[in-house]
Amino acid sequence: MKKLTRIPQVIDTSKTYNPILSEDEVWPVVTLAKNRKEFMERVIEESFQRLKSLRPNINTLIEELELTRYREKLRYKTTPWKVDPEDEVIFWNGVKNSLLELNGAEKNEKQKVADQILRDIISRYIYEITGNFKPSHYRMTRRIIQFGFARLLNAARIKKFGSFWRGDLTLQDKIQIIGETEQIRKLAKIGTVVIVPTHFSNLDSILIGWVIHTLGLPPFIYGAGLNLFNMEIFAYFMNSLGAYKVDRRKKNLIYLESLRTYSSMAIRDGCHSLFFPGGTRSRSGKIETKLKLGLLGTALEAQRINYEKGEVGRHNKIFVVPVVTNYNFVLEAPALIRNYLEQQGQERYYVDGERYEKSGRILKFLVEFFTKGNNISVSIGKGLDLFGNYVDDEGMSIDAKGNRINTRDYFLFKGEITANYQREGEYTRMLSDVIVKEYHRINRVQSSHLVAFTAFQLIRLKHKNLDLYSLLRLPVDEIEIEYNEFRKAFSKLRNRVITLFNEDKVDMATHMTNDIDRVISLGISNVGMYHSRRPLLFNKQGNIITEDINNLYYYHNRMDGYELEKYLQ
Amino acid sequence: MNSKNTYNKPVGVIGAGSFGTAIANILAKNTDVILYARNPEIAKQISLSRLLNGVEMNPRISLTNDLKYVVENCDVLFPIVPSENFPALIDELSHFLKPYHILIHGTKGLMVLKEGWENDEDLKISKEDVYTMSRLIRERTLAVRIGCLAGPNLAKELADNQPAATVVASHFDEVISEGQRLLRNDRFQVYGSKDLLGIELTGVLKNIIAIAAGALSGMGYGDNARSLLISRGMIEMIYLGQMLGANTQAFLGLAGIGDLVATCSSKLSRNFTVGERLGKGEKLSDIVTSMEETAEGINTIKIIIRLMKDYQMRAPITESLDRVIKGEITIEEALRFLMKAPFNIDIDFM
Repeated sequence: MKKLTRIPQVIDTSKTYNPILSEDEVWPVVTLAKNRKEFMERVIEESFQRLKSLRPNINTLIEELELTRYREKLRYKTTPWKVDPEDEVIFWNGVKNSLLELNGAEKNEKQKVADQILRDIISRYIYEITGNFKPSHYRMTRRIIQFGFARLLNAARIKKFGSFWRGDLTLQDKIQIIGETEQIRKLAKIGTVVIVPTHFSNLDSILIGWVIHTLGLPPFIYGAGLNLFNMEIFAYFMNSLGAYKVDRRKKNLIYLESLRTYSSMAIRDGCHSLFFPGGTRSRSGKIETKLKLGLLGTALEAQRINYEKGEVGRHNKIFVVPVVTNYNFVLEAPALIRNYLEQQGQERYYVDGERYEKSGRILKFLVEFFTKGNNISVSIGKGLDLFGNYVDDEGMSIDAKGNRINTRDYFLFKGEITANYQREGEYTRMLSDVIVKEYHRINRVQSSHLVAFTAFQLIRLKHKNLDLYSLLRLPVDEIEIEYNEFRKAFSKLRNRVITLFNEDKVDMATHMTNDIDRVISLGISNVGMYHSRRPLLFNKQGNIITEDINNLYYYHNRMDGYELEKYLQ
Repeated sequence: MNSKNTYNKPVGVIGAGSFGTAIANILAKNTDVILYARNPEIAKQISLSRLLNGVEMNPRISLTNDLKYVVENCDVLFPIVPSENFPALIDELSHFLKPYHILIHGTKGLMVLKEGWENDEDLKISKEDVYTMSRLIRERTLAVRIGCLAGPNLAKELADNQPAATVVASHFDEVISEGQRLLRNDRFQVYGSKDLLGIELTGVLKNIIAIAAGALSGMGYGDNARSLLISRGMIEMIYLGQMLGANTQAFLGLAGIGDLVATCSSKLSRNFTVGERLGKGEKLSDIVTSMEETAEGINTIKIIIRLMKDYQMRAPITESLDRVIKGEITIEEALRFLMKAPFNIDIDFM
């Protein structure tokens, strides 16, 4: 085995974090929740002004309104969801009638009515987007998560009813938090933090919510897919953890601007936020390589406005913290990878919709999750500014040489802060490149990821003449990898991972350096362990087989992007 | 808004070679310019004589050899130095550059930043090891608003105030519009492009073809041969550009075909001159020692040859030139090889 030149971080699961204290009396997120009405009014007003400046001409405004109405009608006709409000049809018919009245109206009257319609639509959207967050509710939910999950865990682990009420094991034994935990706590006190995690599972939002709480951070607000609110259990957690609602079916300008404004204003108000910058869950199982720039852009804009206003203290600076969730098992993997292959393969049918809409399924999973040895780790990355520079513990941006950077300079043109959307778009792209790089750097390789990668690559090498789709159609009973061959390949790849780890290009779980046979067997027993058809298993001869090559491909993809395959050829 | 009108910082030009001086003179029609010359003697000399290589300097240009002074007094900088001096310049600049600076460079070369690559033939060079000047600036300094200049801009003709045009390329609209505002005059047109990498590579790769064109001319061949070379050279450039991650479009514009025609036809081009002397039978080492300024094409050939090893690509013109330069074959043999080469489809890149 290759020599380690640095040591993987050992997780201290007994470590606890006290809640950090706000420098002001109250956290902005609490203020926001208390004065929700007032906040919404401000968001509505700013969204209105933005849209007016985007559509300054009455005719283009009317066109936009008509387009929006048409698209909305299409949406509620073709993709209705359970969470949609009942008065949908009534509202949009009302818009239609008001738009009809515009014909033949005088110019001044026209403008007035059109403005009113615009304002009505924005208000409707903002009311929908705004969550139901209540601070007291938050505290209670946190307690439920902690108490309930921990109890469940104990009961299952120790299998004696009596122990159900004893606090022997905690969630922290199950979910390991690693990386820059102290720094994020510091940054949350001196500025506004935006957490940007990878997105593999619907469980992510709950998981990150729990992490935020465990680290003693105040609640974060985040945009959760409206579709998640279709599931009661998620809806409950979301509403109570500071979520606002994002509906990805609505792609009209008015909605998108309202959403951007909401996010931007909340950040400017100093609310810590959470975005999943990948947009949706990774369908392929790969770590995100392309991020959605929309919401990241709002953080950048918020930073510029903060500087323009000359804000000081906690409202002055915004920090971005990449976070990577490391799972051995992703509940939705089979559906996700099928979806991915359908899209990539451009097959004619397209299966949409959620496959796990019933709370029962999720509860069953949670029980299984807590009763079997499936550890999840969450890696907290180093804090970044909005231009992709690292920040130090005092929140100052530093360059490669360790010199401090005045980030206000990024917005200067001829000595003044200027709002330049094209420039900010480029900055957002730069930031997203850095975030992707950080994801790959802090990704913590587990044996389960590497066994899946090794096995799939060996199968691919054995069938060099097949393209990916033919490969995935191979009958699984014809696939068997001889253990020694596997072991040799795994050893090569592990050495490469260690080299990358030494170079700080990836992170690695401590168990990776154990005796190789132990690492392999741990990996094989953990990878995708609750799927009815396992991605990898040992057969009676001790060789390695698969029950579902699509699932194997999904878990293999986790290690994509490190060019490891080069080391097997 | 008012303060904008009073904001009149001079523009910096870094590098007082023939192209740098020509650009400084063009800029000076619109703004005050600080021209940086690395050599204090030269700075002093130009300052006194107001002449460089016989070209008169616009009175709005002031000379300095204090890099810090230029960077601190200018928001917009035009670094125009040979690529071999670029990394050292960037190291120095990195101490002073701030995120508000706008840099538009005019250096048409590539760099490999891998220790000892030139001497160790077995060392693999990948795309990631090859730097365009903009990438070097971006990764080594705090400057982000970066652009480049490229086009048929033979320094001597610019100095004579002949009509010409250039392309300013950048990902940032404000860099393009500042470049246009500062450079444009009634004899000089400035086009904008968002394809920074593509425009940089056109400028870099055309130097290879210019050497080949010079060689043909040195051997006494005429316009048929040159046109053959230009059009085949163009295709080779496009393929190499694609290998390095650029799109095809940039190669079809002013900085691509435009610059290629100019440098392949003009004795004012240094790369053309190198080729011409090779064509007449001179040795590269003799040519290089007798030239005042660098011919970027020679260095570019070296880098491209090494890169192709890893990508298993063929580039017949570049390969033949490389062998001539190394003295492995004569220029006549190279020509014979090219005429027999089995690449006989006219256009296959679109």
